[in-house]
Amino acid sequence: MRNLSMAAAINEALREEMRRDPHVILIGEDVGAFGGAFQVTKGLLDEFGAERVRDTPISEAAIIGCAVGAALMGWRPVAEIQYSDFVTCGFDQIANQAAKIRLMSGGQASVPMVLRLPIGARHHGAHHDQSPEAYFMHTPGLKVVIPSTATDAKGLLKAAIRDDNPVVFCEHKVLYGTRSVGGRGLATEKAAETRTQTEAPLEPRMPAEDTLIPLGVADVKRRGDDVTIVATALMASRALEAAARLEAQGVSVEVVDPRTLVPLDKDSILKSVMKTNRALVVTEETRTASCGAEIAAIISEEAFDYLDAPVMRLGMMDAPIPFPPAVQQAMMPSVPDIVAAVHQLVARIL
Amino acid sequence: MAKKKARPKLPKRAVLIRMLRQMVEIRIFEEALYHAFMTEKMPGTMHQAIGMEAVPVGVVHALRPDDLMTSTHRGHGHAIAKGVSLNALMAEMYAKETGTSGGMGGSLHIFDLQRGFLGTTGIVGASTPIAVGAALAVHLEGSDRVVVSFFGDGASNQGVVHEALNLASVWKLPVVFVCENNQYAVSMPIHKATAIEHIADRAPAYGMPGAIADGNDVLAVYHEARKAVDRARRGGGPSLIECKTYRYKGHSRFEPANYRPEGELEAWLKRDPITQFRKRLEEEEILTKDQAEAVESEVEEAVQEAIAFARRSPDATVQQAASFVFA
Repeated sequence: MRNLSMAAAINEALREEMRRDPHVILIGEDVGAFGGAFQVTKGLLDEFGAERVRDTPISEAAIIGCAVGAALMGWRPVAEIQYSDFVTCGFDQIANQAAKIRLMSGGQASVPMVLRLPIGARHHGAHHDQSPEAYFMHTPGLKVVIPSTATDAKGLLKAAIRDDNPVVFCEHKVLYGTRSVGGRGLATEKAAETRTQTEAPLEPRMPAEDTLIPLGVADVKRRGDDVTIVATALMASRALEAAARLEAQGVSVEVVDPRTLVPLDKDSILKSVMKTNRALVVTEETRTASCGAEIAAIISEEAFDYLDAPVMRLGMMDAPIPFPPAVQQAMMPSVPDIVAAVHQLVARIL
Repeated sequence: MAKKKARPKLPKRAVLIRMLRQMVEIRIFEEALYHAFMTEKMPGTMHQAIGMEAVPVGVVHALRPDDLMTSTHRGHGHAIAKGVSLNALMAEMYAKETGTSGGMGGSLHIFDLQRGFLGTTGIVGASTPIAVGAALAVHLEGSDRVVVSFFGDGASNQGVVHEALNLASVWKLPVVFVCENNQYAVSMPIHKATAIEHIADRAPAYGMPGAIADGNDVLAVYHEARKAVDRARRGGGPSLIECKTYRYKGHSRFEPANYRPEGELEAWLKRDPITQFRKRLEEEEILTKDQAEAVESEVEEAVQEAIAFARRSPDATVQQAASFVFA
């Protein structure tokens, strides 16, 4: 069983798709010789050349707009924004152009592009640590993907590249260094404490696997009976840790990772809640109007008769993210926070 | 004694007549649309290019049919010059299923991909990087197609336009950027909005050749466009052409344009692009007065048929909207 980091898995996905389809191109800041700010695109310039792996000026609107234009012409650009926080510099091109051209053109046009965004708090402060996926879940016409493991990241990115729609692909920067352990792809944060670097080269004996993970399919990362935790990205990993502690305390937790926010696999989430009767949604986004809030609303609306307690949400405190690492961590849902929330849910009697 | 600058050779007669016809199509279409807005319950709004017909017509005649174009919010003239059907265009104004976008886009979102018309846009300046992306695709394909990117004097100060022009130049892509300077962005005159007088003077800052053309002289536009298009087609990279022109109507719908100083409109009307061109064709004996009038009558009829077509077409529906969110 291979043990790739998420960064290496994403690199592999890009490499395989670029080998498979000559229309896949990469554009972004420092993606070429430098290999990307997080080394995710390392080696791709060498293999595919400067026509298909293009370094750009600092021009987020032009980067995204260029991807839109090339996609309109039938190419499959993968545009990288160096930190998700910079996407607002090009927001019109993703929210008003990429998302809407298909409808505005009455179905004539499609925009088969992927926009890769490194998300998540990593102690750089307000302009480098955000999780902005809610802007995109809120914008009809965009698909939004947010893997929590290396295996999921690889399969989902391959599927995203092959999708004929604009896909916003959120990669948690702390998870870049984490590995998939075992077939289920459980991630651990301990591994994330290491520097995020692409791992050792692919095992030469392993053939490139064409393992797509379809968009819009959630993954039950851990089975349980008492409480459902719906969690994304790094919070999925914290939810799993919390679940392990709770098991020792006699509470059985099911962890559902949506993996895709749009289209959302409502059925898997609701199926879990109908079984456990208690739901907690945990994301790293600032709490108000987050994707987590939308998921919580859906659960309340559609699984109301199955709930023994109100749906709970945990998210980042509603504030711009400050710089001090300890303060950041205190503002985010921690493993003890998740454990405490589950206890609250379990304590409530209808 | 100063040498008189030789007038460039006139294009063939058929081309000249087609230029006139297209300008007349744009004018009559726009005036009929204005009339429809005044007399019928029309959905939405429109941003008309009456007075600016020479620019898209001059540019298009320097292009091949397989070249590509992105447009602005004032794009009916661009679309018509590019060959978008009058029927489908009018039906789009009426929000009908038979419109260019099945009624889903309206005036601000006209697309006709088969004819290489990559969209009017409701966001000022937003089409410029999309043109650059289309040019990147063309370059990667190894074809010699060219992309025309229209934007206005107002758009020239939008950040994304700077990004797009710089990137096109850095990557040496086959884009011809055409700035339609009609002197106003809604109520804002260019001299209040822009730090320099001529937008074309920014071209060296983007590392590309720039030129100014009289935007009311279709042949002047055509000649500058030819140079820029030929340059792009042979791999010489992008250019910026600024066409000085004027819109007779307000920014949108019935906006009265009271911000214009007295006499300004009248001065531009004296240089009407269609009147001047017709006069020239008659003087050079390319076209008689009767023939010119015949062109107008034919176009009048075609536009009326477009309105009738639009009126009798079915309305666009919610189901269609839902089906067009994702591919």
